[in-house]
Amino acid sequence: MARYVGQRVKRTEDPRLIKGLAHYVDDIRLPDTLHVAFVRSIYAHARINGVDTDEALKAPGVVAVFTGKDVSEKIGPVPCAGNLPDLKVPDHRVLATDRVYFVGHPIAAVVATDAYSARDAAELVVVDYEELPAVVDPEEAARDGGPVIHEKFGSNVAYKLTAGEGDIAAAFASSDRVIKQRVTNQRLAPIAMEPRGVLARYFPGERELTLWSSTQIPHLMRTQVALMLAIPENKLRVITPEVGGGFGSKLNVYAEEALLGWISMQTAKPAKWIETRRENIQATIHGRGQVGEIEIGCREDGTLTGLRYNVVADLGAYHQLLTPAIPTLTGLMLSGCYKIPAIQINVTGVFTNKMATDAYRGAGRPEATYVVERALDLVADELNLDPVEVRRRNFPSPEEFPFKTATGLFYDSGNYEGALSKALENAGYEKLREEQKRARDEGRIVGIGVSTYVEICALGPSQAMPAGGWESATVRIEPTGTVTVMTGASPHGQGQETSFAQLAADELGVDLNDVTVVHGDTSIVQYGIGTFGSRATAVGGTAVFVAIERLKEKATKIAAHLLATDAANVAFNEGIFSLKAAKGKSAAAGDGTAAKDSDEVPEPMLPAGQDPAGALPEPAEGRTKVTIQDVALAAHLGRELPPDTEPGLSATYFFEPKNFTFPFGTHICVVEIERETGEIKFRRYVAVDDCGRVINPMLVDGQVQGGIVQSIGQALYEEVVYDEMGQLVTGTLMDYAVPRASMIPWMELDRTETPTDVNPLGVKGVGEAGTIGATPAIVNAVVDALSPFGVRHIDMPVRPEAVWRIINNSDE
Amino acid sequence: MKKSVRINVNGETRESEVEPRLLLVHYLRDVLGLTGTHVGCETSLCGACTVMVDGRAVKSCTMFAVQADASDVTTIEGLASDGELHPVQQGFWERHGLQCGYCTPGMILAAAQLLERNPSPTREEIRHGLEGNLCRCTGYQHIVEAVEYASKAVISDK
Repeated sequence: MARYVGQRVKRTEDPRLIKGLAHYVDDIRLPDTLHVAFVRSIYAHARINGVDTDEALKAPGVVAVFTGKDVSEKIGPVPCAGNLPDLKVPDHRVLATDRVYFVGHPIAAVVATDAYSARDAAELVVVDYEELPAVVDPEEAARDGGPVIHEKFGSNVAYKLTAGEGDIAAAFASSDRVIKQRVTNQRLAPIAMEPRGVLARYFPGERELTLWSSTQIPHLMRTQVALMLAIPENKLRVITPEVGGGFGSKLNVYAEEALLGWISMQTAKPAKWIETRRENIQATIHGRGQVGEIEIGCREDGTLTGLRYNVVADLGAYHQLLTPAIPTLTGLMLSGCYKIPAIQINVTGVFTNKMATDAYRGAGRPEATYVVERALDLVADELNLDPVEVRRRNFPSPEEFPFKTATGLFYDSGNYEGALSKALENAGYEKLREEQKRARDEGRIVGIGVSTYVEICALGPSQAMPAGGWESATVRIEPTGTVTVMTGASPHGQGQETSFAQLAADELGVDLNDVTVVHGDTSIVQYGIGTFGSRATAVGGTAVFVAIERLKEKATKIAAHLLATDAANVAFNEGIFSLKAAKGKSAAAGDGTAAKDSDEVPEPMLPAGQDPAGALPEPAEGRTKVTIQDVALAAHLGRELPPDTEPGLSATYFFEPKNFTFPFGTHICVVEIERETGEIKFRRYVAVDDCGRVINPMLVDGQVQGGIVQSIGQALYEEVVYDEMGQLVTGTLMDYAVPRASMIPWMELDRTETPTDVNPLGVKGVGEAGTIGATPAIVNAVVDALSPFGVRHIDMPVRPEAVWRIINNSDE
Repeated sequence: MKKSVRINVNGETRESEVEPRLLLVHYLRDVLGLTGTHVGCETSLCGACTVMVDGRAVKSCTMFAVQADASDVTTIEGLASDGELHPVQQGFWERHGLQCGYCTPGMILAAAQLLERNPSPTREEIRHGLEGNLCRCTGYQHIVEAVEYASKAVISDK
């Protein structure tokens, strides 16, 4: 049956993208569109004594200028779905009124007839600021006595949370060694290549608002924006056209989305805002931002006894959609792929005068994997064991799954040793260690880093999610035989237009090109959750699969009717329904005879695209086969249906997963450091990832490679830097160092394939694997390289200057 | 104070009256409706806006339309000829050189220029040649393979 699934099928979405014919938000042109530019705070923390818009209003082309006073009573607060005990939730309005809390905080929206005029006029808005002391350092923010951002809360602590199981104090008391290390996960900017953008169009007569937005969650956004604007949800249509990357940054509901809708409603004209890159780094969510101390207990033989992570999470000034929830994912994944009997996380989430942190690719899990994998290397160093050996000694064996962790999870399936051995073999680990020894003898600085990771994917069971963890699909066969798949997922580069079409084409026995996957339009597609948390294929793909199963059940009934037999006598194979041969001359679906049979069937009687008018199927009498296209036509013509059968051929399914999935793998990195410059050069990068069953290996490779490179960014280059005044120092791509092609090693990828029983496809998800597994492998390699200089740990991003100082200030 | 410009875009001469400060990328997108050229940073750091001006890959977000007066401009929409994809376009499709596609038009034009200058580049040369273009999705490896594919296709064509 698998003509497409498992194959490196070229993407069906690519032709429009490589020809420049695709439509991102800014490519959609509506007549009479007004353009919006924002006036944003230049201070991290200030009182606003007034906003003078007079000059701006007189500027050419300006239609209106809206300030916080104009809108704060009319548009509801920006939503936060994180629901933690005693969480402090500041009132987050779409425009600032009397205080600004971070550089980039929107203060006024200037509306003009073209984008240039809007930006000109924004310069004419005069804001009377009274600067206040900024809270920048998260650990200082957590202490009493300093400035308080949201005064009504009395402190900057938004919440405190303790989680984990097992007696951690007893575990440490009974350990042979307890090792502590301060670790940071610096703030990162997601930097989707397409910045955010919104186009809003209100039809006053129909009272219908349409928002085109560069988002990962069209339906969730529709619900939230409808609430913010107090309009009926069924009068709001959200369309996500082509979306130029998200990485979690568009898994959110932003002030600008609601405000643009409101502006279009006020002006009765379309209104557009396209984020500049500077705005993107200031006012689109950041990721990571954790500083803490990891403590790990072990026995002399390397057996782990307990792990504690005390962490301060730098939340920023406001909660965006999931801001406070991200560190809880860190807590869940602190067991890594190891048996650790006692685990505890103590989170202090603090407000700072910065943009909110939220879900950036991995969202809390890279932080966990980083601290755990660094801790494992510290154990190896302490006990003078090979890092690989320490990991091995603590793996659960494949027979121990489902494996319960002390963080309350049940890992579905895994073979950690399998992925590790394959990676070691592919890398030639023992030989690498020998080469490293020789290199050191020659005075070269070479390091080998290993990371064995597990991640939590396919988010997730609704019980564990803030707003539904299921996903939906509708599969429809049109009268002419083409197949339409509507998914509630919202792909934006992952390639599900292709992978879901692969699934549907195989399951229905049609050509890949006869399948169209529709997504990202709330007026066309049934309610869905969206694309994030490596869920689209595992959860959304399963919804597609089950919908197809149901569709086939109905189609089989209709086919049986057309063949004048019972459904039990009908076999379906490669798009053909045929009479099963009498007993003894078996020709059931799937066996060789049936396949051979169907090979001999001529072209479908009603190929895709043919006008159905007058093209009735042949009378059933004497027929032994009908195509799925025949059945689709009959289902729509409605004249030859079995009794009690609804016309039409469509099925919808909402899939609720019973658990998360837990993909895993091993990454091995070899670096060499230039003694004279401190520059870190990659020598090898080897990865073995296990994401369960694979639908399209080419797409999986692409996801892993992209993720690894974002990890390289975190490990070596990227950091959102605010100075002590809260000024954003890394406000452009000149200062915020996104990795370029020349900074990247050749990635040697391989896979193991351990299926899951969480979903019938056996797929686990792969969108974030690279970002989770790679960062610690790289830092472990750098630390290993520098270990002769007495280094046990180094903070990210590992800059050449820091490395150079270590080398040159040491006697080795 | 508009200025008239006469620019040959994708083989067609276009005459327009433009503000002197109008950026070339906005001229292409907003005046001519050629929205395949994207804006990613407005500071010539990301390369999403790369087009060919008189055969040279330039970042159209930091060039004025008036500076392109009397020039030949090729955008992504003009790269395929007679319905045949340019080898670089074909390579990006064959080797999965794109995911979200936003950097892709600029990346393809930069790669096309790279191959014009150096028809059989090494992987290192490809990486160096594409340093001016950021991609956040692919991790560049499939882009390198796409350019290698195109390089082989061009050579075997000759």
